[in-house]
Amino acid sequence: MREVSIVGIGYTSFSPVTPDLSWKELMFEAATRAYADAGIDPRKDVQSFITCAEDYWEGFSIFDEFTPDQLGAALRLMHTVAGDGLLGLANAYMQIKTGLFDIVVVEAHSKISDLLTYEDVLMLAFDPIYEAPLGGHPHYLAGLEMREYLAWTGTTEEECAAVAVKNKWNALRNPLAPYGAAIAREDVLSSPYLFAPLKKLEIAPLVDGAIVLVLAEGELARRLTDKAVLLEGIGWSSESPWVGTRLPDARYARLAAELAYAQAGITNPIQEIDLAEVDDRFAYKELQHLEALGLARPGEAGQLLLEGAFDLDGQLPVNLSGGSLGMGDAVEAGGLQRALEIILQLRGEAGARQLPDPEVGLAMSWRGLPHGSGAVAIFRREA
Amino acid sequence: MISQPRGRKLSREEAERVPHVVARPKARYAWSAGPATGRFLEELKEGRVLARRCNGCGRVLVPPRMFCERCFRPTDEWVYLPGTGTIQTYSISYIDTDANRIAKPILVGVLAFDGASEGCGIMHYFGEVAPEKLYIGMEVEPVWKPQAEREGAITDIKYFRPRRKEDRQ
Repeated sequence: MREVSIVGIGYTSFSPVTPDLSWKELMFEAATRAYADAGIDPRKDVQSFITCAEDYWEGFSIFDEFTPDQLGAALRLMHTVAGDGLLGLANAYMQIKTGLFDIVVVEAHSKISDLLTYEDVLMLAFDPIYEAPLGGHPHYLAGLEMREYLAWTGTTEEECAAVAVKNKWNALRNPLAPYGAAIAREDVLSSPYLFAPLKKLEIAPLVDGAIVLVLAEGELARRLTDKAVLLEGIGWSSESPWVGTRLPDARYARLAAELAYAQAGITNPIQEIDLAEVDDRFAYKELQHLEALGLARPGEAGQLLLEGAFDLDGQLPVNLSGGSLGMGDAVEAGGLQRALEIILQLRGEAGARQLPDPEVGLAMSWRGLPHGSGAVAIFRREA
Repeated sequence: MISQPRGRKLSREEAERVPHVVARPKARYAWSAGPATGRFLEELKEGRVLARRCNGCGRVLVPPRMFCERCFRPTDEWVYLPGTGTIQTYSISYIDTDANRIAKPILVGVLAFDGASEGCGIMHYFGEVAPEKLYIGMEVEPVWKPQAEREGAITDIKYFRPRRKEDRQ
């Protein structure tokens, strides 16, 4: 059975604004670093390129036509996935797994600072007949879900606030994370309610940045590099688009995880997974996602967090990168941000936040409001 | 024999009786131009056309870019071009976006800049020329807006006109 490995990583810094560069130059920088890391020439060695982009974020329709040049993909096989970076990774995984290609590149980026009307464009993702006419700031949907999640599980506002404290603290150890901060739970709890019960410091601010991953077939990967990381499973799922149909249990994450666990041969995720990076664009989402992924029992993630289980020295460190609360919400690049941290940790390159000897890591992404779509990837260090 | 289509066009009033939802997406952007395009636009204000050379393949690239898509390497130096060029292809556009016939057709085309490499054409208008006089390979030159009206946009060049006076209208 063919294996799939990550053989190269490249990334820009993440920043709230990047007025000096266009998105093309951001992509070029991340790609150049990834190819150097993998020791490959994109013009000769890469057989397929995938980018992840949403036309409305970019302001171009048919944006996929604009993506090849800055990745070294001019006149090569290339396609775009209108979704989070982990969905691009899933496409790359399949292309290698099926034997179609041996080396595939995945890119995702955010140049969200170019969009002047973020809230209005986000509102365009709501149903135009039943939901969008209500208007208002679209993030109130997170407030709705958070309240329901708290009521269902007994999770408290204090526990949600503690997610923001942990992730911003972790971000202080990650030079790529612009939103690191040493804050106390009281700071989060006393930050203003924006969409009660959701508070200001529980919402990840937007950032620009780009990430490129190079994937290779397992045997080839071992010849290319001694720091290959296996991608053992990847799953994805979408829930109903109807807000009123969904329960606050992030079922998309559970279904995506079931597929990824089955592919990776994981039967007891709490025991087998050493670290996780999960979407935390709203603080409560981290707890909700951990429960959906089977990394905590329903309603118990908050308490485990307070006990330190998800800290750097806990039993399952979560979002050591700082998560989106620390690194910023990089829209379609969010999933690759999560994957990047897992790969760095499994390569032993995570600097001040490096875990002693991690073997298996999970990266989970959520497409973001107003949707119930997500993806899960399982990575394993080469034995 | 093709029969005449039956029925008739719906009136506006009739069309509005069909249940529908009107949406006006509010999507505004301010794209960062980046170093290459940013300087290109700045130079347009001065009435100059700027290119970028790649020492890998030796090409002179317009629009200028900081990386060469063929070699996948950073480009190397700025090159000023004379601004003249030749018509690579053209079309005569007779209708507007609402499919109405327009009185004066728009002459639009691609021109290859003198001094730039093959495959570095840009799109623009042609003017001061009768549509039937246009031909592929015609030598053209830019007609700039007055300096005070230039704003660092591709439309700082009003259009390209034939270099040969006898071809002009």
